[in-house]
Amino acid sequence: MASLDIQGVTKSFGATRVLHGIDLAIHDGEMVVIVGASGCGKSTLLRIVAGLETSTSGAVLIDKVDVTPLEPADRDIAMVFQTYALYPHMTVFDNMAYGLKIRRVPKPEIRRRVQEAADLLSIGQLLDRKPRQLSGGQRQRVAMGRAIVREPKLFLFDEPLSNLDAKLRVQMRAEIRSLQKRLAVTSLFVTHDQVEAMTLGDRLVVMNEGRAAQIGTPMEVWSRPADTYVASFIGSPAMNMLPATLAEGGAAARLADGTVWRFTDGARPGGEGRAVILGIRPEHLMPDAAGLAVTIDLAEPLGSETVVHGRLRDGTALTARLPGGIPQEPLILAPDLAALHVFDAADGKRLDPA
Amino acid sequence: MSATIDVEALAAASRRRRMRERVLTHLALILGVVVFAMPIWITLVGSTHDTDTIGRGDVPLLPGSEAWNNYMHAWAQGGGGRNTFAVPASTMLWNSFIMAMLIAVGKIAISLLSAFAVVFFAFPLRMVFFWMIFITLMLPVEVRIIPTFQVMTSLSLIDTMTGLTLPLIASATATLLFRQFFLTIPDEYVEAAKIDGAGPLRFFKDVVLPLSATNIAALFVILFIYGWNQYLWPLLMVTNRDLETIIVGLTKMIGIGDAQNEWNLIMTTAVFALLPPVAVVVLMQRWFIKGLTETEK
Amino acid sequence: MRKKVIFRGAALPYLLLLPQMAVTLVFFFWPAGMAVWQSAQREDAFGLSTEFVWFENFSDLFHDPIYLNAAWNTVIFSTSVAALALGAALFLAVQADKQIRGSGLYKTLLIWPYAVAPALAAVLWLFIFHPSIGLVGRAFAAIGVDWDYRVNGGQAMAMVIIAAAWKQVSYNFIFFLAGLQSIPASVLEAAAIDGARPMRRFWTVVFPLLSPTAFFLLVVNLVYAFFDTFGVIHALTRGGPGNATETLIYKVYVDGVQNLNFGSSAAQSVVLMIIVIGLTAIQFRYIERRVHY
Repeated sequence: MASLDIQGVTKSFGATRVLHGIDLAIHDGEMVVIVGASGCGKSTLLRIVAGLETSTSGAVLIDKVDVTPLEPADRDIAMVFQTYALYPHMTVFDNMAYGLKIRRVPKPEIRRRVQEAADLLSIGQLLDRKPRQLSGGQRQRVAMGRAIVREPKLFLFDEPLSNLDAKLRVQMRAEIRSLQKRLAVTSLFVTHDQVEAMTLGDRLVVMNEGRAAQIGTPMEVWSRPADTYVASFIGSPAMNMLPATLAEGGAAARLADGTVWRFTDGARPGGEGRAVILGIRPEHLMPDAAGLAVTIDLAEPLGSETVVHGRLRDGTALTARLPGGIPQEPLILAPDLAALHVFDAADGKRLDPA
Repeated sequence: MSATIDVEALAAASRRRRMRERVLTHLALILGVVVFAMPIWITLVGSTHDTDTIGRGDVPLLPGSEAWNNYMHAWAQGGGGRNTFAVPASTMLWNSFIMAMLIAVGKIAISLLSAFAVVFFAFPLRMVFFWMIFITLMLPVEVRIIPTFQVMTSLSLIDTMTGLTLPLIASATATLLFRQFFLTIPDEYVEAAKIDGAGPLRFFKDVVLPLSATNIAALFVILFIYGWNQYLWPLLMVTNRDLETIIVGLTKMIGIGDAQNEWNLIMTTAVFALLPPVAVVVLMQRWFIKGLTETEK
Repeated sequence: MRKKVIFRGAALPYLLLLPQMAVTLVFFFWPAGMAVWQSAQREDAFGLSTEFVWFENFSDLFHDPIYLNAAWNTVIFSTSVAALALGAALFLAVQADKQIRGSGLYKTLLIWPYAVAPALAAVLWLFIFHPSIGLVGRAFAAIGVDWDYRVNGGQAMAMVIIAAAWKQVSYNFIFFLAGLQSIPASVLEAAAIDGARPMRRFWTVVFPLLSPTAFFLLVVNLVYAFFDTFGVIHALTRGGPGNATETLIYKVYVDGVQNLNFGSSAAQSVVLMIIVIGLTAIQFRYIERRVHY
């Protein structure tokens, strides 16, 4: 078991900079999920931690030891690949045992460890099969097993669930989480799926264009997004963004149509007229006679609730999650002012009360 | 008013056409098979008669009774003709077998290694090496016979099995095939191997070789036949008849004057020469076709 | 295309390449260089001194009627072999591609001649066309044809063409069959529904789709007829009667090995190298698709 420290890691491919200095400290036994859209640099960061790629600058420390110059094999890590990378000509047993064989672990010890991991993952009856005889979920487990038998300091997961169908993905997600808790292995998990990130991580790193936009627990990230990118990336359907200006000396915001919403938690700095963006999650909009009139473009009934996609009078798109069935027009909606997010219109950063 | 369609007549015509077509197809294929098989049949039949029957020109179409004698004689003593002394077919078959095996195994071995180097490493002059191998495609032995022979003389490799096989084991085709195949090995396998702690040679042995098994088998069939069927090279390189290969040995049995040719033994030897490569093709047909279509395209 | 992921190692890749490079340098580049060097030299009659003559060997060559005759023979021989082998193979492949009983057996019976060495093919056909012992040879005599390929140059040429083409048919057959099988059935079904009869279907749909295969095979067949058929000629006619079946490749051998005329033989080798380079360059278009540099 170990801690992982990523210190000022940057990476450039030629003139293109894909990582702009990432700092991250992961405690012993913690599971951190790196989430972001494709091309944000999350896989590159993981591969730098694994040693499959070298960073342009910065250092990676495992258990306070600088492993930056070490080969992957010498870092005492295990990795689960998106494609699983199971060797097709080896049996499940041999796939799981391969890393141990290379490290010259005695045969009885190998057998014991593989058996234990197989039992843990309930793939004990599959040990003699070849990967192509397995289903997607079974392959996923073997890939996990291969990592577990190594008893490494660090688990790395590179989008391991993205090749599974939706139902299996939910199931494996839960299994990985409970397994990780049980084994208490420090883990770094990369995904583009925000639901996966929210459910799996002790903490999240939301990455955007080579930078860590926010690092925090899932609830922190959800309730206090650091900028508009994080705000719109986390949460489904995505947060509504309405342009506004500060009014009443910063204590309220005025929308384009003149509606004024007073902040419940205090005034924002910058004074009258500062351009801001108001973020409202779809679940924080409710029918209210004093609100904004919305024309409905599309209503998606989900049973207990309905997702309504509509437009304000000036054409701004607005999405709301309303309890019950399809609502009638005219629909007048108002936000829960306590759940209002305020961002600077220029740089997108969160604005907290002064 | 639409024209009435005589369904019955059309159906009958279609049936007739299909029948006719099927018969014609079979006839064409049987004709093809016969044209292909006729020379072999004549040879097989000839190998079961005595010299005089064939020499008289009473071309037999059915097997005779001399098979045992002919095959025993050719195997143990060989048929001489007038102008050369006899070499037993067993000796020539052994030589051909060794030559074909060495060429096939040698080509596969050095091509695997060089393709592995070119695909899985980055190093200075990588492309120069690759092109040097590629260019050998344009230098078949036939177009540079004499200078190659002179090189062999200066290396004292004439009349040696080394001389017979070593110059033929460089292979651009095999290297290109393996390179092509190695490029399809997913990057993740290499990464998984690195994390598992396998170095390049370990990865080669444990992952690349097993994955290449069918390609190696396919290529082996093609290259074994290539080696077995060598003609000009052994003709030049071998003067010592102990090293005679069966294809060259066979043609040497046919004298120019040909009145005294021991046709029965020549035909028997031809059957010997034919059998191993044909057996390889027929028994390993699937791999053979794979090897052929993948190396050459 | 290039793999992203590679191993580290400074000396290892060179060690791995060493065997291939050693064989290539010693047995390919050195002799090829020598051929070029010798092609510009001439030995005196006693082999005592050599003289640097620039391109004289080449100009002599192109004024030598025997050489020009060999070149012409090569053209006749190669085009005939290619046409015969391609035509027969295409016909048989189309038949074997049909859904008939026993097609697997037919295929097996049609591909085995690939395994027969060209020289051996020549010997097998000799057994058939030999004027005194051959089945067909004697049949010709019986019906009054004056058949003896050992005396008649035209007949000798026909013999070597048949033997050389016969052996190559199975190779072409395999490729044509693979090409035919890769044509999607839906395309043929669409043509059938459009009302095209089989023959028309073949020439308007199948053949155009096969033409890349056919072109590739044409080049391969020409290369085969140029270089790999030495054994056929050597075993059957030794270039004779006269020089009737002497091709370029056979002449290199005769001048170098029998006449010991190294300068001329080397010049001929250089000419042949240029031909191979030309043919390979044409073929390159097709290799290019599979080999990405």
